[in-house]
Amino acid sequence: MSKKDLGLLILILVVGAVVAIINPRFLLPINLANTSNLIGLFGILSIGQAFVIITGGIELSVGSVVALLGTLFIDLIAVREMEWPLAFVLIIVLGAIIGLAHGWLITRLKLQPFVVTLCGLLIYRGVARFYTGDGTAGFAFGQNFPDLEFLTAGRSYGVPNSFIALIVISIVMWVVLHRSVFGRYLYAIGKNEEAAKYSGIRTGRVVIAAYVICGVLTALSAIYFAMYTRSISPASHGQFYELYAIAAAVLGGFSLRGGEGSLIGVLLGTVLLQELQNLVNLLGIPSSLNFAVMGGVILIGVLVDQQWGVFRERRLMLDATRKGAAGAPAE
Amino acid sequence: MNRSRSRFGGYRLLSGVMNYSDTSIVASTTAPFLSLEGVRKTYPGVVALDGFSMEVRPGEIIGLVGENGAGKSTLMKILGGVTRPDSGTITVDGVAHDGLTVEGSLGSGIAFVHQELNLFENLDVAANIFFGREPLRGGPLKLVDRARLRIQVAPLLKRVGANFSADTPVSALSLAQQQMVEIAKALSIKARLVILDEPTSSLPLAETDKLLDVIKALKIEGISVIFISHRLHEVERVADRVVVLRDGMLAGTLPKSAINHDQMVKLMIGRMLKEREKASEAARAPGSVALSAKAVRTGAYPDRPVDLDVRHGEILGLAGLVGSGRTELARVLFGIDERFGGSVKLDGQELALKSAADAVAHGIFLVPEDRKLTGVLLDLSIAQNISLPNLPAHARHQLVSASAEVATAEKQKNNLGIKAPSVATRTGTLSGGNQQKVVLAKWLAMNPKVMILDEPTRGIDIGAKAEIYGLMRALADAGVAVLMISSDMEEVIGVSDRIAVMHEGQISGILDKDDFSQENVLLLAVGKKPR
Repeated sequence: MSKKDLGLLILILVVGAVVAIINPRFLLPINLANTSNLIGLFGILSIGQAFVIITGGIELSVGSVVALLGTLFIDLIAVREMEWPLAFVLIIVLGAIIGLAHGWLITRLKLQPFVVTLCGLLIYRGVARFYTGDGTAGFAFGQNFPDLEFLTAGRSYGVPNSFIALIVISIVMWVVLHRSVFGRYLYAIGKNEEAAKYSGIRTGRVVIAAYVICGVLTALSAIYFAMYTRSISPASHGQFYELYAIAAAVLGGFSLRGGEGSLIGVLLGTVLLQELQNLVNLLGIPSSLNFAVMGGVILIGVLVDQQWGVFRERRLMLDATRKGAAGAPAE
Repeated sequence: MNRSRSRFGGYRLLSGVMNYSDTSIVASTTAPFLSLEGVRKTYPGVVALDGFSMEVRPGEIIGLVGENGAGKSTLMKILGGVTRPDSGTITVDGVAHDGLTVEGSLGSGIAFVHQELNLFENLDVAANIFFGREPLRGGPLKLVDRARLRIQVAPLLKRVGANFSADTPVSALSLAQQQMVEIAKALSIKARLVILDEPTSSLPLAETDKLLDVIKALKIEGISVIFISHRLHEVERVADRVVVLRDGMLAGTLPKSAINHDQMVKLMIGRMLKEREKASEAARAPGSVALSAKAVRTGAYPDRPVDLDVRHGEILGLAGLVGSGRTELARVLFGIDERFGGSVKLDGQELALKSAADAVAHGIFLVPEDRKLTGVLLDLSIAQNISLPNLPAHARHQLVSASAEVATAEKQKNNLGIKAPSVATRTGTLSGGNQQKVVLAKWLAMNPKVMILDEPTRGIDIGAKAEIYGLMRALADAGVAVLMISSDMEEVIGVSDRIAVMHEGQISGILDKDDFSQENVLLLAVGKKPR
């Protein structure tokens, strides 16, 4: 765990302790379970986003994809009565196709990630609304999917299964990002795509794979969100979720220029964001201030991190000067 | 290097050449425009300048040479007023200062022409020369008086011998012409000392001559020039006096009569350069053709087919003017750029080369021109850079093995003599020469068949240059086909076994060892027949 991640963890614990002192209900099992469920849902989404951000790209269509795929999933199993495992696979494949399309447009047709995914944001939202005729997609009375519900909204030993899913995904993705050949390529491309290309890396394929991973994880979280809310109004479901995911990555130390950030960082970023949401509720802050609180904290976090970097560099310089005066070697 | 030792060595050298500088000072009667006395500047952990003294007289062309890291850039920063020296005095026009400010430096007539030009490509020549000082029309809008601007610009352009007009956009000018604009800019502030930092390093040969003429014209007007260059034969041609910096100290001053290549090199590195690469005299048996390009056309010259064969065991020098299509050809052969027709064969087998990954898979490697942008990843460690093109070989089940990476890197670090605390060191902290060795190391670790090097020694100090020449020769001796693009005439002639010359996108001729001469290369480079 890097120093940055450690700092973030301490911040999370300090904020948690303060909230717990002011309002002890913070530590009630039901509150912790609810919060960790949300961490699970948003965490899966944010990890996907992180894989795109590490390449220096961005994925803005996440929220709309959550709405579209969520709507489709509910429609498939509730209205069209498709077997849920089949629907599940279909939705994941759709997520992969969306990622593939974005990656292809970005790498082969050289469109900017911001533009491609902004168009995605508009298109998928529009399609979702059109598909349901702007109505709400939901389950009919008495419809039950015990296995699916257990896996998505259920709990094991009091821990939400969505949170457990996040832990499993995190471990896998940690290995992929920090230990695999592919992960190294991602960092190399994020740092300097040209130099990576000159080292014989097929950068286009790697970037496309990053968008596919993001699409798959977004599709997975879309199913979790759908099963969590159980009814979806496509006009508002998932709105701003891309920004939650980007915010979690930035809080976790990712640079939007690419090449920087860790999996633990984006997880801790997600945790902090959900903790803040919870704080707003528990401390009786008007919920209309929700976004303002989040924005403020992210701004302060990024500012402190940046200033800390400047401070550290200066201290290094001073140290070196002192050593230099004591007779260090010349160049 | 240990500081006490280098200081000692410096003193010894200093005393050894004192008689030169003594005679030149005695010979002169005019008061110096600029003189530095005991200037010292330290940075954390580094003494950049250690009691350096020099002087510049009006109308004198000083060649300032020294290896990278010798303290030239620090000296420039002090003269430009960007940094203050820790101690010492700077006397400009008879007035002594502890240090200069940017305004003070400009105000006393010191002008810079930097290696990286500071021009606005989207503006025209006149606007660039008078940027921020445009003559204005009266009235509240303060519009630019274009007529007056043109009148003021015309004589300046004439003085630098410009063959372009004031309203040409800078983006349409060649590099040498852009440098003339910079010099005109310097003249426009009534400069009395123009400092040119590596002005010719990216200039084609013919344009270099023009620039040297402009420098001589400045001298006639009584303007002093400090000419910083790694190209020693150019310094030899124009300088009235050469000042050599080494380890932050004055290694020596050479008066006009004593300026020659070997003397400068000796002072720069403190010894004679024995390793200066000379291809072995014994005639080599040419190997079979390794890489063969037939009618290959590049994006730069889509209507000019190129034929070129590189043989196993030879170093083929690729000379030509900047913009003659050499780099583009290299990029096509490496698969980075699209090929517009033609075929490329490796050992008789035709290659598709749709990407650099294809080329790398076949053992065709490129050491690119722009080290920092495309050669290495500055933020990655030495070990990570070296393993990057061959990462799957350093991994088991797709998981990277750090120990395998370190083992490969350690081996290459020792082989090439990469100077760094460890292979985990960030590549960006290394000197240019060592970064270039990292680029070489990543390819050497993978058994090259064809090695293409684009300006492999640009911006690298002389010691590291010799080592890189040695490496290229060792590769060729091991049967690798080496294609070396270089604009450095001495390098091309000294290192190559054969020289191919490009002119406007085509191979204008191939010279065998017996026909090597600067004149022949130049004639082919401008599209004429060799003698």
